[in-house]
Amino acid sequence: MSTTPTIEFRNLEVAYTVRRIDREVLRNISFSIAPGEAYGLVGESGCGKSTAAFAAMRYLPRNGKITSGSILFEGQDIVGMSTSDINTLRRSAISMVYQNPATALNPTIRIGDQVAEVFELQGLSKSDAYAQVEQALIKVQIADPKQVMRRYAHQLSGGMAQRVVIAMALASNPRLLVMDEPTTGLDATVEAEVLDLVRKLRKESGTAVLFISHNLGVIRHMCDRVGVLYAGALVEQGATEDIFSKPSHPYTVGLLRCIPRGGLHKNTDRLDTIPGTPPALGTHFTGCVFADRCALVEDKCRTTQPEMVTVGGAHVARCFHTDKAGSMPRAIDTVTVSVSQNPNRATTGTRLLDIDHLSKAFTQDGNAVNVVNDVSLHVGVGETLGLVGESGAGKTTIAKLILGLYGSDSGSHVVLDGKDLAGTLSKRDVKDVGAMQIVFQNPDQALNRRHSVTRIVGRAVQKLRGLSADASTDRAHELLSGMRVEATLHSARPVQLSGGLKQRVAISRAFAGAPQLVVCDEPTSALDVSVQATILNLLVDLQKQDGTSFIFISHDLGVVRYISDKIAVLYLGRVVEFGDSNRVFEGPHHPYTEALLSSVPNIDGSVRKRIPLTGVIPSPSNPPSGCVLHPRCPRMAGSGVEHLCTSAEPALTEVEPGHFMRCHIPLDQLRTVQTA
Amino acid sequence: MSDTTATTIANKSNLERKTIRRERLKLVLKDKTFLFGAFILGFWIILTIFGTFIAPHGAGDQDFKFVSHSPSSKFLFGTDANGRDVLSRVILGTRLIVVMAFSSTILGTVLGTSLGLATGYFKGKFDMIVMRLVEAISAIPVLIIALLAIAALEGRSPTLTVIVIGFVFTPNIGRTVRAAVLGESELEYVAAARLRTERTRHILFREILPNVLPPIIVEFTVRLGYAIFAIATLSFLGAGVEYGSPNWGSQISENWGNIYSNVWWPTAFPALAIASLAVSVNLISDSLLEIFEL
Repeated sequence: MSTTPTIEFRNLEVAYTVRRIDREVLRNISFSIAPGEAYGLVGESGCGKSTAAFAAMRYLPRNGKITSGSILFEGQDIVGMSTSDINTLRRSAISMVYQNPATALNPTIRIGDQVAEVFELQGLSKSDAYAQVEQALIKVQIADPKQVMRRYAHQLSGGMAQRVVIAMALASNPRLLVMDEPTTGLDATVEAEVLDLVRKLRKESGTAVLFISHNLGVIRHMCDRVGVLYAGALVEQGATEDIFSKPSHPYTVGLLRCIPRGGLHKNTDRLDTIPGTPPALGTHFTGCVFADRCALVEDKCRTTQPEMVTVGGAHVARCFHTDKAGSMPRAIDTVTVSVSQNPNRATTGTRLLDIDHLSKAFTQDGNAVNVVNDVSLHVGVGETLGLVGESGAGKTTIAKLILGLYGSDSGSHVVLDGKDLAGTLSKRDVKDVGAMQIVFQNPDQALNRRHSVTRIVGRAVQKLRGLSADASTDRAHELLSGMRVEATLHSARPVQLSGGLKQRVAISRAFAGAPQLVVCDEPTSALDVSVQATILNLLVDLQKQDGTSFIFISHDLGVVRYISDKIAVLYLGRVVEFGDSNRVFEGPHHPYTEALLSSVPNIDGSVRKRIPLTGVIPSPSNPPSGCVLHPRCPRMAGSGVEHLCTSAEPALTEVEPGHFMRCHIPLDQLRTVQTA
Repeated sequence: MSDTTATTIANKSNLERKTIRRERLKLVLKDKTFLFGAFILGFWIILTIFGTFIAPHGAGDQDFKFVSHSPSSKFLFGTDANGRDVLSRVILGTRLIVVMAFSSTILGTVLGTSLGLATGYFKGKFDMIVMRLVEAISAIPVLIIALLAIAALEGRSPTLTVIVIGFVFTPNIGRTVRAAVLGESELEYVAAARLRTERTRHILFREILPNVLPPIIVEFTVRLGYAIFAIATLSFLGAGVEYGSPNWGSQISENWGNIYSNVWWPTAFPALAIASLAVSVNLISDSLLEIFEL
């Protein structure tokens, strides 16, 4: 290739000074991005992805420094560049889109002024800049730019805010665009729209893109070439197709194997894991960085650093065993702990929990806002009910209503094992409270950071089982060890544990009272995929062993599909579809479910036709008339029942045995349009 | 995964934990601000405890051969107009101010913490009413409230002063704690505690309180500084302490008129004592602020 790459990292090493000691973060990283190319960096948290992104702009945190190597921007080394020169580059040639659009925008400046600033920096007059802003916002598909320009950041939805950030990044016509997890905080449908937009803009402008993501599916759909980072080292690199079809580094292979891909189900497949944990920041390696966790490790791997080996064409991997990586032995973990200590369990499949006409209205500025609207669902013994839907659909609120953390409105019934439970927690007896527990999304917040692991679990055993303090401690140790939290860690505080271990502690706590039902509220979304796999395996084991039922909330449809027996799809606090997992996933779907499913970037590379949802989720304080989905419904137009959709709210009806839907369009008609 | 791998991970995490602790401890021990403050405060606390054994003379011992005698080898800090040894009076004056400052601050912190926990956790109308009252009290300067209260209760008793200062500090500490509790009570470990049928008292004092300790500790040291200042001022004004007791404020007020006749030592040494005590407490609170990253 004769053209100069837009950016090239040459043997780059970056270190962070933490508590006055230098710690290596990037180890001898070399890669380049050609003009117009999209290069993806993947890896689990802490592997140095974001550091690489910031390094590309030479914008490292204050304690970070480039210790050796160079970064060439169009052939020009930016490592030694003067501050004013680098500022010129940042102003005119390199732009960045950050992960969290809410914090990337200044909350006190109107959107218009904020975007205009970028143009003014390029020397435009105020009025010219404003004209440009309008154009820029149209370019990122903001329908009503004049109105958006007058708003403040908090008045925009997440997707809209990210579009504004992208508009700002593109304002300078950059030759390199760095995107650091640009869609991570967004809902699947919004993510799909933003990714479509980025793909379209890239085609138009020919900008080189450095795309950082932990989501392999997103990377697969967005990038031409991919680099895999582990512990700050680039372990594999190649064309996207090659990496995904013929991964040649054991880490890449492991990463791809542990993702719950479409079609896998807990009853038939067990997820692979990557044993061990990533190394601590700044660990020094004499051999391969991945040796400690590798299934193919040999003595040589621990003493000698492998060189980049060509696998084929431009596909390279830093491993001695690139030929064997694809067929390396599966890593499967098993776990055995009896949580119930109670052999008299009802048989699997019988009705455990019935939710009838569950509603909740919160008062906001004196108005009642119906967040949960007449939800009726049921869960059988040993079953998993998956709750899916975009943020604001009421998933977590439903969970908290069931648990009694919020009091439900009158007319609501939560019936557990034939017993109608009181609406609020304080009125339920200990046995019923212990029978339903929860695993929260964020273990950092869910575990008291001042208490030891033993105390966290032991206290729950003590209160929910009524055991003595000593007996509770013993039982806590038993539970924890059974969930593979080693005895040496029982006296530790949560902060000393990794994310996966913390979640194991949280699960142990949830199972302290031998629960019949455990709500899992996004239990793995804060975790890396390899850890996610171990946690999902653990939950499945617990269920198989003791017949525990789960209500599993997740925005990750692959995970929900893997673990659920039944699925409820929620929209604006209503159940729009409910039925057996395979029914809901195989279709015919409710139009909303269809759109949701089509927005997921598939890891196996199959391209599904996108069914876009237009517009934004309406506010629950002012829901649309008729069917709440109708302003956004992808299937209403041409259905022949438009008049019904806009005027009457459809009821949740059983369209086929065990499959409920809230839609006016007849099932057969949905089937026809969806298979067309 | 085999047991050996699991143990390796456990050992690694143990090692990490120890490393972090060692590194942080090093940082604290290297923090000159903290060390300097702790050194001075430690000095005054030793005098508080052992002052009566260290002081060369009694507080009231008069030697009329040496009246307003300048510092010399016999009287290191000189003597006052009544022929009393200034050094001994400074040493013996330590106990009153240190004990009073600590007790009033502890009282204020305990009351303020309880108030902050309750308002921050229950929120709603209760919180609103209490906080408006707190704001009303905070609007009046501390010293004026203290003086008014002491005058109204006709008290010269240190106990009363301690109680008054403690009460005056309560709203300020309460507000700091409330802010911290507001954030904590939203966290899911509180929901988890409710889901194992814990009583409210347990949630407040065993679950939330340990997590809001850093701001409370810092607030404590800040208030301790204010308490020293308030007590010294009150005793200077002749309020709040028993007449004639060896305390720094009274010593200054008794002797400062003599500065014009160049007898500076009976005023200067107690003044220096107050200053160094206040500074040491402020140094400690500054460095704690930094260590806790508040």
